Amino acid sequence: MTAHPVTEAAIPALHSVLAVPGIRCAACIAKVERGLAGFPGVIAARVNFSSRQVAIDHLPELDLPALKQAIAEIGFDAEPIPNSVVEGRDSETRSLLRATAVAGFAAMNIMLLSVSVWSGATGGTRDLFHLLSAMIAVPAVLYSGRPFFRSAWSALRHGRTNMDVPISIGVTLVTALSLYETLTHGPHAYFDGAVMLLFFLLVGRLLDSFMRDRARLGVASLLRQTAPGARILGEDGRTSWLPADRLQPGMTMLVPAGERLAADGIVEGGPGALDLSLLTGESAPQRVRSGEVVHAGTLNLDGPLQVRINAAGRDTVIADIARMMEQAAQSKSFYVRIADRAARLYAPAVHSLAILSFAGWMIAGAGWHQALMVAAAVLIITCPCALGLAVPAAQIVAAGTLMRAGVLVKDGSALERLAEVDRALFDKTGTLTLGHPEPVDLEPLDEEARSVALALARGSCHPLSQALHRALEAQGAVPAEVNRIEEAPGVGLRGIYRGCIVTLGRPDRAACDTDLLAASLVIPERPPILLRFKDPIRPGARLAIRALEQMGIEPSIVSGDRAQAVAPVAGELGLTAQTGMSPADKLTAIGRLSDAGQKVLMVGDGLNDGPALAAAHASIAPASASDVGQNAADAVFLGNSLLPVVKAIRISRRTMRIVRQNFAIAIAYNALAIPLALAGLVTPLVAALAMSGSSIIVVANALRLRSAGQ
Amino acid sequence: MTGLALLIPLALLLGLTGLGAFFWAMNDGQFDDMEGAALRILIDEQDAG
Repeated sequence: MTAHPVTEAAIPALHSVLAVPGIRCAACIAKVERGLAGFPGVIAARVNFSSRQVAIDHLPELDLPALKQAIAEIGFDAEPIPNSVVEGRDSETRSLLRATAVAGFAAMNIMLLSVSVWSGATGGTRDLFHLLSAMIAVPAVLYSGRPFFRSAWSALRHGRTNMDVPISIGVTLVTALSLYETLTHGPHAYFDGAVMLLFFLLVGRLLDSFMRDRARLGVASLLRQTAPGARILGEDGRTSWLPADRLQPGMTMLVPAGERLAADGIVEGGPGALDLSLLTGESAPQRVRSGEVVHAGTLNLDGPLQVRINAAGRDTVIADIARMMEQAAQSKSFYVRIADRAARLYAPAVHSLAILSFAGWMIAGAGWHQALMVAAAVLIITCPCALGLAVPAAQIVAAGTLMRAGVLVKDGSALERLAEVDRALFDKTGTLTLGHPEPVDLEPLDEEARSVALALARGSCHPLSQALHRALEAQGAVPAEVNRIEEAPGVGLRGIYRGCIVTLGRPDRAACDTDLLAASLVIPERPPILLRFKDPIRPGARLAIRALEQMGIEPSIVSGDRAQAVAPVAGELGLTAQTGMSPADKLTAIGRLSDAGQKVLMVGDGLNDGPALAAAHASIAPASASDVGQNAADAVFLGNSLLPVVKAIRISRRTMRIVRQNFAIAIAYNALAIPLALAGLVTPLVAALAMSGSSIIVVANALRLRSAGQ
Repeated sequence: MTGLALLIPLALLLGLTGLGAFFWAMNDGQFDDMEGAALRILIDEQDAG
């Protein structure tokens, strides 16, 4: 204890979490943790390997860009994760895990006692064992049953019924009756049945919750925070970094090339070029001059821009889109999951059956005690184990299969909705296309030109330079020795190669005045080489579109881009397209299709797709999407290919087939067991066997989905 | 039969200990990073200081 210096505790430390997707091995953990531990201002750093995140306790002087820089120096890319995502992440899973642990412990011990009773314990021993079971079961039911009681109560209060209503009534009634049985020295106590039922159902809930957590973690580690803040030019000419929510109108922010604007504003120092694709879907960069209005979320392509902020935080165009999204998402919350839909039919049937059996036995002249016992046995036997366990079991196996296929599904309800779609709308920029420029071809470059181009391009964060850098490195080009490389914003790069000046930059106006997606490489004593770039169509896009059509899903394009830019993509993929659509237009288009009874799948990436992603029956975003897009979508697919979209729908449809089979199994099992229960032949032993038997069958059936990805 | 008076409380106590240990481990964050824990044993401690 005394080892800690007193001063350390006195400084208020900040806690930040950063996603570091590059951590892949034990050596990476050690490298990051040791590297950060030696960094001034860092108090402690701990890597979480499962989620590829590092949690850092640091002094307030260190801001997020500094931490990012520190990790970059160690050799890893890092992205800060907003606190809202970090907090309260798995509190639900934790409380479910606790409830499951308690139910499991109770079920095992009660089973131990019950087996002795079933083996023929009588008299005082049986009473003692029943009493012990009661002492374990009653607190366990009260503790572990809370998730069900709470949900059932809230459903009843709103005049609805869900799966938790028959579960709660059944468990409570059975526990109460068994307690009475114990106190009156009766032969049959169903404590084991009640607790085991809770245990199985909690396992189902837990699987559901695990699935959501895993997808959320996956998405959180992908989150690219689009401009979480900006560097602000102070009065005294010094700059400081401020997070986006502390930006104020009137401040001047400096936006380097390759970064996104954090607030709306007016350009002060320009000119520059902006990529608006995230906001409008337009693929061609737009020139901006001093005095023009620019919006948050756009990407600065050229040299550093000075922007005087005129709207920040909740007043930006982005915030408008976010509000539209919130409204759109409400329509989705009306979706009723299949288990609850089944429960709407199932619960009244089970309840009336139990009441009828009670009435029947009373009329037949049995005592009320015996009649109640029969009714309780009916409730226990019919309790929807298959509904509670089969659906989440099938869905978590499917989610695991999908994850291996490169699709992260957010929750079980998303899987159900994905299986129902019969219409698909695609955004163009970033969804059907990759969303970033790639060189059209590198043929004009010979060996020497390639190495010079690579040497120049790798030092810059201009999107075209980065595209060239990636493409050349993929081809195995070796950088030439180019010295004194300088970058002139808006013009290009220059350096000294073998004593002469070489440049890579914007082509002459004469060569292409309108096309900003081009660069020219000038090496002395050679003609300049013009390199063209374009945003290529995703690999597998054509195959994916054909596959969707075969599955009975009609695809088309909704794009915010101009018709001329959409036409080539639409032509190549054989799709019809609507162009020039604002986020609100996309929302209306989806509304019209839904009103016509179609279930729309929206595939999109940008901020402008956010409301449409939220409103559509189901939605998928690529991992390269804006964080708004990823948050709004039901599923995120990794990699460049578009084929995972098809896989997601195919596997979700298969999952629903398995779920329906499980329901059929459950109904068949009930058809066998209910007559026995009505006849009063179900003893606690039979109930326990039937319950575990049916659970094992539905879980085994769900496991068949493991191979669905191939 | 007298053995039961000893064995049943003992069995329950053992079970409860296990349950308590699980709760403690969960609150302690032992399950937060399942894959990382397996990898950490490979890290050399010599210069961890």
